[in-house]
Parts: sequence; C-alpha cells; structure tokens
Amino acid sequence: MTLPGLLPELEVIRKDFPILERTLAGGMPLVYLDSANTSQKPQCVIDAMVDHLERHNANVARAMHQLGAESSEAFENARDVVARFIGAPSRDEVIFTKNASEALNLVANTLAWATGDLAIGEGDEVVITEMEHHSNIVPWQLLTQRKGATLRWFGLTESGELDLSDIDSLITERTKVVSLTWVSNMLGTINPVAEIARRAHEVGAIVVVDASQAAPQLPVDVTEVDADVLVFTGHKVVGPTGIGVLWGKRSLLEQLPPFLGGGEMIETVRMERSTYAGIPHKFEAGTPPIVEAVGLGAALEYLAAVGLDNIHRHEQAITAYALDGLATIPGLRVLGPLDVTRRGGAVAFEMDGVHPHDIAQVLDSRGVAVRAGHHCAKPAHARFGVQSSTRMSSYLYTTPAEIDALVEGLEHTRAYFKVG
Amino acid sequence: MNAELDSLYQEIILDHYKNPHHAGLREPYEAEVHHVNPTCGDEVTLRVHLAEGKVADVSYDAVGCSISQASASVLTDLVIGKPVDEAMSVHEEFLTLMQGKGTVEPDEDVLEDGIAFAGVAKFPARVKCALLSWMAWKDATARSLEETR
Repeated sequence: MTLPGLLPELEVIRKDFPILERTLAGGMPLVYLDSANTSQKPQCVIDAMVDHLERHNANVARAMHQLGAESSEAFENARDVVARFIGAPSRDEVIFTKNASEALNLVANTLAWATGDLAIGEGDEVVITEMEHHSNIVPWQLLTQRKGATLRWFGLTESGELDLSDIDSLITERTKVVSLTWVSNMLGTINPVAEIARRAHEVGAIVVVDASQAAPQLPVDVTEVDADVLVFTGHKVVGPTGIGVLWGKRSLLEQLPPFLGGGEMIETVRMERSTYAGIPHKFEAGTPPIVEAVGLGAALEYLAAVGLDNIHRHEQAITAYALDGLATIPGLRVLGPLDVTRRGGAVAFEMDGVHPHDIAQVLDSRGVAVRAGHHCAKPAHARFGVQSSTRMSSYLYTTPAEIDALVEGLEHTRAYFKVG
Repeated sequence: MNAELDSLYQEIILDHYKNPHHAGLREPYEAEVHHVNPTCGDEVTLRVHLAEGKVADVSYDAVGCSISQASASVLTDLVIGKPVDEAMSVHEEFLTLMQGKGTVEPDEDVLEDGIAFAGVAKFPARVKCALLSWMAWKDATARSLEETR
C-alpha cells in the first residue's frame, strides 16, 4: 500500500539497509520500530568505514606520512559535512564528541569552570524541561548542585506539550542557561525552540538545544533555531555509535575553558603550564573517533541526498498511519500529541492490562522490535502517572506494512494475556 | 511460533500475575527496602518481619511486568513461615535456577511454583525482572537480622 507523503523510492531505500533483509528466530522477518533508540545503517556508511580502515587508517593531525594525510583529510572532511548539514556559520564551531551525552556534559562542566560573564553561582538559575532525556537533566543537576545555583523547569500540558504559560516567571534576569530538547524522545513533541530561544536571549541566557531526535527527521539550521549550542548523536542519524556532535557559537566556545586535557587540545606544553589550541581542537583531547567521524560524514551525506524535507514528510505519513492503527486497539493510550504536525516519529503508549515489558516480549516473538521502559525519561513518565511505556519509532525505511505488523502484534498480545 | 514464548509465560506465572499472593504493605516489620531495576524502571518496596527465627511475614508493593510481579508473589509463598536459614537456601536455589541460562533442572520440592520461572532463565533480559523482589527480600532480611540482633 502507499500513503501520501511516503518516500517514493521506499523500496530502493530499504535495499540500502542490509539488516532489514534479515530474519529472526522462527524465520520471522525483522520489523524494526526502534529507530529513536538507534537507527539502522545504510551500506554506504558501512562501506565508508570499512574502506577507511582497509585503505586509509592512520592517526590524524600527528602522522607525517601519506596515510596520515589521507586520514586527516577524511576526518576533517566529515567536519565539513556536519557543518553543512546543520548550517553552521563556521566549520571550526563543530566539535566531535563521543555522543550527545558527552556533548551536554562538556557544556555543563566547562560552564562550571568558567569565570567572568559565564560564571554560574548562587542566585543563578538553569532552566530545563520536564520532557528531557536524562542526559539533559543530570548534567544540569550536577552543575547547579556544585555551584549553589538553582535548577528550574518547564512543566508539561496534559497533551504532552511544554507548558509555556509561566515562561516569563521561569526565564528571568537570573537565568544563565536554558537547555531543552527540540523533539521529545518519549512524547514525540516538537518544541518551539526558536520562540523559547528568543525569550532566553532577551535575558542574556545561553540556549542549549538537544537535537538528538530532531536531527534525524527535521531540517536543522542552527541559525534559524537561534541556539548557542546544539548537540546530536551520530547513531540516530544512520551513522555509527561512538560519535556525537557539539556545535557552538564561536564566541561562546572561545570563552569556555577546556574540557578534557591531553594531546591535540594544546598549543604548547611546558612542565609548569600549557596553552591551548583554538577551536575545534581545544575540545578534542586525545585521538578522536576517526572512522566513526568518517561514517557519520557518509551518513549525513546519505540523509542530505534523500532530503530532510522528504524524510520529515515520510515520518509524518507513517506516524499518522501508526496513530490511526493504534487508535483501533481497545485500552491503548498514546502519551503525547496526536496531531502529526506537532510531533516526531516516536510514539509511546500504554495498553490496559499488559505491562510494556510483556508487550515488547510478545512483539519480539513476532519479529517486531520496539522499546519498553522509561526511555531515559523518568520525569516525563512520572508527569503522566506511568512508570514505563512501550515506544514504537519509525524512520525513513519504515513501511505501512510494518505498522500493520505492529498493530496485529498488539491485538495478538491482548489475546495472549487474555485482556478484554 | 509461540512455544518459546509459552516457556516464558507459564500459566502459573500468569496466575500469580493476575492474583498476587501476600501483596500490600503490612505491619509489623523490622526492615523495609526499596529496589529498582534501573534499566526498565520496575520497582518494589518490600518489608520483612522476623519472629522466633522464622520469616513471619513478607509484604510488598511492586510495580512492574508480569515476571517481576509473579516472582514477588511466588517468593512470599515460599519463604513465609520458614526458618530464616531454610528460606535463605530456597533463595540460593532460585538464584541458581535464574542464573543457569536454562541449563538448570529445578527441584519442585524446594521451589514449588518457582519452577515455572525455569523458562525465564533463557531470556537474559528478563532474569533481572524475576530476581528483583528476591534480591530485595535478601537485603531486607539481612537488615532485619541486624535489627533483631
């Protein structure tokens, strides 16, 4: 079947992802609906990484030989690709990290060590939201606890959107940082980041955007979002694990102190003290994840070739189809907005009478892979009075038939547990 | 297709899940513990009351999947009324079964309804669910022993 908005070349795209061909126990074909957890990888990413390891492997920026030059070029080329992908004004503003968590921790830690204008202390406030992933909660708890500052947050409405009614009392002259997710990994909500950034900038706060769930499915332009810092992880954008991206405005990155000390991040080292390299290397101590950067570059080029607008339309079409299908299951409640124009492709739900673990287990026996648990968003679950949920998440390779398999699997689950 | 699944979700487990035994928190007790499974968020609050060297009562409030709920129910059936030493050896036996990756033959005389969890041992992701309340019980019992010493 076909739906308006689906990628026209869907069958061709699926062939780019070799894992989608495999079968699971009992000969069941894989129905992968866990892409918000990690995305599958296209052959071009796998090939780019293998080719680098087979033909160009060497350390970067410190090997004075031909392979070293090739490896450095491939690594730095990946930085150019990332810069283009997010509309960064300068490639030097793109820092490679291990993942989005490390990127957020880098910002929170260097702010803890910052002096002058950026210093955070008693009376200062950091504002986050109740729908954040734990990686955008805990680093700010650590920062505010260590510095005697106060952590505050936006609450959520019943429909799973940010409650902006108290924005003027939350974002004030005391606010030093506003850090929020662009797209919720649990509720799927797309947040009005530019609007919140505008308010934050009026009071001189730094705006940090967690784009881990946005980068895979929305066109990203850091200038349009008006962020000071934007982070995302490689493995959710069809790239490998072990690499993430921190983009920051040059003026901010130059003002922040170094994060990790070591090779690559220095200008010169004497026994008494050292001076530091300029950005981006100032924040990239040690041998970086070279082949992972190469893989990430290939991944972002792949997504750009398909087109983020097209991917977004596909995600909306699949999500609408999934919401319609889930609505047919008695006793099933979706957590988060039901309007597909206001949400991404992760749909969390609960079903009367069956625990998410048990749902995931029965679905898995039919080859349908979903996530069950709190999805690293315990406060968001607590807000809706649930301890855990089941989450299906689609991507550019998801078909309507796979959604049908999910819905049939859920009906089977109800029958298996004799519900209703 | 469902043979593998049926080995996990034995009727006994589903029965305990639907009608858990000894559920709820009761007085008196010497120790109360709260254990969580950080990967999935399953939680149990569990109280132990010891009297005259025996497990006089185990009461609990648990949120979680069928495996973790049923396991708490079976635990209370097995240990309440037993001398502490004997209950500890039942605990050992259950732990061995759960960590056996499906190779351990359970002893029905010792584990009674607990043998239904033999299939769970073949699902590594679910072993922690089955052990949540058992680990909480061991912890609470150790604390109760310290309290009553």
